[in-house]
Amino acid sequence: MGYPNPSHGRETPVLSKYFGDPEARTLAGWRARGGYESLEKALGMDPVEIQTMVKDSGLRGRGGAGFPTGIKWSFMRPDGKTHYLCCNADESEPGTFKDREIMRWTPHGLVEGVALGAHAIYAETAYIYIRGEFTEPIARVTAAVEEAYAAGILGANAMGTGRRLDVHVHRGAGAYICGEETALMNSLEGRRGNPRIKPPFPAVAGLFGQPTTINNVETLTAVPYIIKHGADWYQGLGRDDNPKSRGTKLFSVCGNISRPGNYEVTMGFPFGEFLNELCGGALPGREIKAVIPGGSSVPILTREEAEGALMDYEGMVAAGTMLGSGGVIVFDDKQDMVKQIARLARFYAHESCAQCSQCREGTAWTTRILERIAAGDGHARDFDTLLSIGENMSGKTICVLSDSCATPVASGLKKFRHEFEAKLGPDRSRGVVPVMLTTNRSAVA
Amino acid sequence: MSDTTGPKMVTLTIEGRTAVVPEGTSIIEAAKTVGVLIPHYCYHPGLPVAGVCRMCLVDVERFPKLAPACATTVMEGQVVHVHTEKAREARTGVLEFLLINHPLDCPVCDQAGECELQDYTFQEGRAESRYEEPKRFNPVEDFGGDVMYVPNRCILCTRCVRFMGEVAEDPVLNVSERGDRAFIGKAEGHDLTNVWAGNVVDLCPVGALLSKDFLNKARAWELDRSASICTGCSQGCNITVETRDNTVVRLKPRSNPAVNEYFMCEVGRLDYRWINRRDRLDQPQVRGDGGVLHVADWEAALDAAAAALRGRRVHVLASANASNEALFLAGELMRTSGGRGVFRVALGDEAPLPGVPDLSLRAERAANGTGARVLGYETLSTTPTIAADDAVLVLDDSLEGDVPDALLEAIARGAVIVHVGTTLPARIAPLLQVALPITNHTEEEGTFTNLRGRVQRFLQSRTAPGLARPSWYVLADLTERVGVTSGFGTPAEVFTAISSVHPAFSELTYAQLALRGLPILDATARGLDAPTTAGVA
Repeated sequence: MGYPNPSHGRETPVLSKYFGDPEARTLAGWRARGGYESLEKALGMDPVEIQTMVKDSGLRGRGGAGFPTGIKWSFMRPDGKTHYLCCNADESEPGTFKDREIMRWTPHGLVEGVALGAHAIYAETAYIYIRGEFTEPIARVTAAVEEAYAAGILGANAMGTGRRLDVHVHRGAGAYICGEETALMNSLEGRRGNPRIKPPFPAVAGLFGQPTTINNVETLTAVPYIIKHGADWYQGLGRDDNPKSRGTKLFSVCGNISRPGNYEVTMGFPFGEFLNELCGGALPGREIKAVIPGGSSVPILTREEAEGALMDYEGMVAAGTMLGSGGVIVFDDKQDMVKQIARLARFYAHESCAQCSQCREGTAWTTRILERIAAGDGHARDFDTLLSIGENMSGKTICVLSDSCATPVASGLKKFRHEFEAKLGPDRSRGVVPVMLTTNRSAVA
Repeated sequence: MSDTTGPKMVTLTIEGRTAVVPEGTSIIEAAKTVGVLIPHYCYHPGLPVAGVCRMCLVDVERFPKLAPACATTVMEGQVVHVHTEKAREARTGVLEFLLINHPLDCPVCDQAGECELQDYTFQEGRAESRYEEPKRFNPVEDFGGDVMYVPNRCILCTRCVRFMGEVAEDPVLNVSERGDRAFIGKAEGHDLTNVWAGNVVDLCPVGALLSKDFLNKARAWELDRSASICTGCSQGCNITVETRDNTVVRLKPRSNPAVNEYFMCEVGRLDYRWINRRDRLDQPQVRGDGGVLHVADWEAALDAAAAALRGRRVHVLASANASNEALFLAGELMRTSGGRGVFRVALGDEAPLPGVPDLSLRAERAANGTGARVLGYETLSTTPTIAADDAVLVLDDSLEGDVPDALLEAIARGAVIVHVGTTLPARIAPLLQVALPITNHTEEEGTFTNLRGRVQRFLQSRTAPGLARPSWYVLADLTERVGVTSGFGTPAEVFTAISSVHPAFSELTYAQLALRGLPILDATARGLDAPTTAGVA
């Protein structure tokens, strides 16, 4: 359902079916709705069988990167080492709030998915790392885990199988970067939440140096449904001409839109219809100007581009952006895009972990220039500088936070350049500023 | 793990040169083997890899993106380019980012001239800044110990944090805050008083961490540098003595994987002022008629000393900071006459550096106690019996500090006291017959033997005061006049004599010792090469 709005007939509620239903939060209520049947079934299955099933379903990571979940799981082989499953519930991508609703309304659905995922990767221990600001979701998931332990679903003899399954809920301390998988692991270990250099990848050396799989809340919550209804059922959801994106996807819609909220549609849903029919289009008397379709890190679309896009991994790439986390941010004609983009940049400058030079300095520099332009003191040369900085910030750092800052700036500058130009002030160039007192250029000539 | 076949070797091409390195080597280290320096900041061979400065990005064929050379291991057949346009642009970008908030205060910065930010900016940075915004400001912080932090110059390479955390295992430093507000923080209530903390100043590639001791003392380009050995303890850390106008102003560690990796402790580093002391014995002196010490020329003084020693049993009270060469020559006097050789050595607390095997500030606070023992000297535990007609040669023992009265009395009982030293010790000045001025270890060359039996050379870094002569030279002259040696013209010749007389030194040559030293032959038999458990990871 388009929670908190009534469900729209064109939605396909799977994960969101019980959003708004308080009874689904309890163990009894969840069981009454068929909960934990999949886990019980899965615990009787060989992990490889589960991995194959998930592979066949076409499920891909819902956190943003879209890596095929079954393939990720198949990296985990019984090797005598301790394996860990991490559930990434740090949902911090601006504009994204789908995992929040999953945890608020169907915490047992997540716990079931986590327990199932742990079994599928030969892990006994799983951690759910929840964003620190998510007070209600933390309370809900913690309560669900406690109920599951009390009912013997988790613990030393999970569902009577003799298998140990432990799920720990960890509350983050409020850093965007801790949603990056290796930073999350550092944070879980009690270290500063800095992304790690890859390789080694988590499947080789992740949490506590052990083979680890990390999945998003939405990804893990979808798995019990695949186990219950079969890979073919999941494979059957989505547009016919794209075998690469299957199943349903939750989209969080916010900004200047008539009906903001969470919507669950099948992959490949037409974005124009989604925005105008399901979400009710622009606010009365306004016009949509721009849309960020997948969380603040992806390129901005103009209204025309957005309305022509299809809502799956490939469809969004074809439109020049990315599906990302599914956080849809809508801007209408009353919005100042320079100010909006400056605000986004400020977010990244604030959240940069400060490890990589390009990110630490580049995000802050970008922000200062944008804020100066927004304040009416910009000059045309700033555009070149911004794009050049963005170039230097992209593809060169440990994680993609730096790229995430550069991306909306570059696309915003390209698509809404007139708004930037309209803000330019008198040239206050200080001219050429020497770096050093003397510079020997012959060495680089 | 010892494998007779050795590690698997990987062949790759770096800047058109063929490198053959063991499997698992990073590109940055492989490049060094073929003479290619890949610009870098956060990488340091003595620290865990962080891969954060992104300065060492190189172009690897068939890689989709530029790769950090420090964090990328070599692969067979790999082709690495350091100076493609793509790689150079990336590094120029990093340099620009590192400089936007930097105060560009090179003219007043101690690091200027030995600053990697300067060096690489000159090499491949932009000539002008595009940064028009206000700079981020953080005030200077006193980190305690000898360390001052200038955050505005900091590039957050985290070398200091990794050293304190992973090598010193005293995690006092951290990265505080995020984004460009980030700075190096110090744990509340803790100072950089760890005896190894001063290494963070050496590790800092820019002028962010400075030595308070060296602050504003000299510009890097005014310094003369010489290879030497620290005399602070028996570890024998390899160091560089840095002088300005013949005055030692700073000691820096010199890399030697077999001894001190890249590090030295504060006890050794900060104990250099004595080297510059002005109250030196700088002219030969002879006690003349009327019992008064008077200045003499070298010929007269050496003749007087030789005459006093000749025919007597000679006991030697040596400094444990005397070179092997001086100890050997003085030892010839006692060996041929049946005398004893003793030395005093100060003791202190051991302070290992946990992250480096067998590196510690050693209890024995002198450079050459081991050399003295190998050459037949004993630690002064019992006062030697000195007969009334014996001679005593004091070899640069200052007789300061805790000197047993019995020793002073025994020395006084001797018929003749000859002092070969850098100073004129007040305690025996009234008793001695001849005082011969020698140079200290920074004013001459020679060798020390560290506690593991490693023989290491030190070179001259400053000129001697007055008429002082190198210790080996004075003792060669003196022993020749006494008639127990002959023909030494260089310290190398003295060393050759040592290796022909003392089995431990056999097969070692002065030239082979080079600048990293070699172990004496029977180090194992003597139990010298066994590391203490404290130093082993």
